[in-house]
Amino acid sequence: MAKTRKGVEVSIAIAEAVRQADVDVVAAYPITPQTHIVEHLSELVADGELDAEFVPVDSEHSAMSVCCGSAAVGARTFTSTSAQGLALMSEIYFIAAAMRLPMVMALANRSLSSPLSIWNDHSDIMMVRDAGWICIFVENGQETYDNILCAFRMAENPEVMLPVAVNLDGFILTHMIEPILYEDDDLVRSYLPWKPMKNALHPDRPVSMGCFGMPEIYTEAQMNREMGVRNSYPHILDAWEEWGRLTGRHYRPVETYRCEDAEYCIVTMGSYGETAMEVVDMLREEGEKVGVIKIRLWRPFPLEEFRKAALGRKCLIVMDRAITFGGNQGGPVATELRSALYGMDGAPSIVNYVAGLAGRDVSRKDFRNIILEGKAKAAKGEVDGFTLYGLRG
Amino acid sequence: MAKTSISSPKHVEREEFFAPGHRACQGCAEVLAVRLVLKALGKDTIVAMATGCMEIISSPLPITSWRVPWIHNAFENAAAVISGCESGMKALMRKGKIPAKKINFVGMGGDGATADIGMGPLSGALERGHDMIYVCYDNEAYMNTGIQRSSCTPYGASTTTSPAGKKSIGQHTQKKNMVEIAAAHGIPYVATACPSFPFDLMEKVKKASETAGPAYIHILSVCPTGWRINPSEAIKYGRLAVNSCVFPLYEVDHGKYRLTYKPSDKKLIPVSEYLKGQGRFRHLTDSDIETIQAATMKAYERLLRLSEQE
Ligand SMILES: Cc1ncc(C[n+]2csc(CCOP(=O)(O)OP(=O)(O)O)c2C)c(N)n1
Ligand code: SF4
Ligand SMILES: [Mg+2]
Repeated sequence: MAKTRKGVEVSIAIAEAVRQADVDVVAAYPITPQTHIVEHLSELVADGELDAEFVPVDSEHSAMSVCCGSAAVGARTFTSTSAQGLALMSEIYFIAAAMRLPMVMALANRSLSSPLSIWNDHSDIMMVRDAGWICIFVENGQETYDNILCAFRMAENPEVMLPVAVNLDGFILTHMIEPILYEDDDLVRSYLPWKPMKNALHPDRPVSMGCFGMPEIYTEAQMNREMGVRNSYPHILDAWEEWGRLTGRHYRPVETYRCEDAEYCIVTMGSYGETAMEVVDMLREEGEKVGVIKIRLWRPFPLEEFRKAALGRKCLIVMDRAITFGGNQGGPVATELRSALYGMDGAPSIVNYVAGLAGRDVSRKDFRNIILEGKAKAAKGEVDGFTLYGLRG
Repeated sequence: MAKTSISSPKHVEREEFFAPGHRACQGCAEVLAVRLVLKALGKDTIVAMATGCMEIISSPLPITSWRVPWIHNAFENAAAVISGCESGMKALMRKGKIPAKKINFVGMGGDGATADIGMGPLSGALERGHDMIYVCYDNEAYMNTGIQRSSCTPYGASTTTSPAGKKSIGQHTQKKNMVEIAAAHGIPYVATACPSFPFDLMEKVKKASETAGPAYIHILSVCPTGWRINPSEAIKYGRLAVNSCVFPLYEVDHGKYRLTYKPSDKKLIPVSEYLKGQGRFRHLTDSDIETIQAATMKAYERLLRLSEQE
């Protein structure tokens, strides 16, 4: 395909990106709202447009297991899931990272049961927050397409060798038709050359993978894992930088909007970012000194960049799409950000809102309420815990 | 009986692909089975193994007993992992990313990994038709975690979660028939084996390797620790299991049943010969043993009938 702009569903754009990446194995199991991605991939394989093994597995647990086997032999590997699927594969999700098996997942974020819900929030990814995957959030279709491709470059970098999850809000993004600028196939091929993996399973060079760890070695293995995720950071930046050089579209671990003189900021992850920017534009016209801080890279957490963006503000209004039940301190994003700023000079206070659970709409009006109410709360020192926005009596 | 290519020690691969110095218990026939399977497969093999005794005793970091490429991932997913290895290699070779080569893709697991927790992934992999072999090492309980019952634990056996007691015979269910379950997938090759009959075992593994598509081999693997027998008696108990018809050696080759070994009248023994002396069956009464005898012969006669059909 030559460089073209097309109006397509974001799920289709993901499948196209996977085709352009010339993936070798796709293993996935259907679950809403991820299904369109893998349906389209199986079509591409059936039509011979993508030369890959499409493995129609018996469960998500097996999907992740097949991906581990495929990545272990050095094949380029893709999967996609949501909520219950991620929960079912979670055992192997952790193992994939621990075994340093590179693969890319499009995670169409959806609420975890119960009650059963097929709509969007971030409770699924937060459940596996500490697995050791590289974790990216995107906010629109173009970012999704771009980051699926960048993710392969990050994952397979010999200095990284980690699985990457690209998080996109279920329905809000997966089912949206957006204009997508597809890059030229050749450009993608040159950005993502396939290279044999160094320690891949092969009879010519027998290696043992996934050995048993006694207490004498487990601690060291965990530190190795921690360093692996931490050290992936500069290579993540490199992958984005090269993509930016080739396409003119640039990505940063933390992105800011109208923050130059902002006294307070709203902090978002994922598709919230778009609405937040619009509302900030409106508030700016009313004279409010407000900006948006968007966290694109959730793991490894960009501590320095975040601090740089946050320090010196009066307050941050942090948006969460999941609850840390019984944690008594706020959603997973807010608790993390509070801890990132604790005891620092110039640290803003943090007011936390949990909203948009199971896809409940958070409109521009809601954002406006949240921002202004949050600012007022911060001024009164009401900064503990969180507010479940829009909770009905 | 078909002519076999492995009928004496001189036909057996001399090279060892499973190194000595592993940590299995003395007299473990499960690890012997692993060694024989690898000899039959040879060097061009990739193994995905489930959590269990064989994984633990062979891979304490930074040591490994495996001289073929080996991957352990989790308890229930060896079949899925090996199907991923097979799919990955298939794509890489087809696309010319790596040179083409015949490789045996082999999933391995214990009876718990296979018949209980890993049943879904195994069924999925068999149904999808990968060119792979799955080997179940059946020692009739979860040995790695301390002799708990599995669905392959035989009727009447006492384990730590099916203990014989005043009100219980121990395991009160019948052994799950994994061989028939595998065969019901319509896969090209299914067989049983036992390391007490090493040539028969290796012959079947070779056949599985030469068969395109999925193959399933179910190996009775005597575990002296869990069966509460003397470590020197593992081979003997394997023979007793086969000669009492408790564990018949047979194959289902493209749907065709064949007993690969039929105990002669002279060798045929009552199940009591097999049961007595095993600590796990010590509590059985004569009438319990009669029940087991009847069930055993009924199952064996069914196999005889099936293997006589054209
Ligand atoms: C999901 C999960 N559940 C339970 C365990 C604990 N576990 C490890 S090995 C094992 C039993 C293995 O039994 P089997 O498959 O028969 O192999 P054996 O050790 O008898 O050779 C169990 C219960 C585990 N590792 N993972
Ligand atoms: S417990 Fe049984 S199967 Fe496990 S290593 Fe010991 S003898 Fe072998
Ligand atoms: Mg067992």
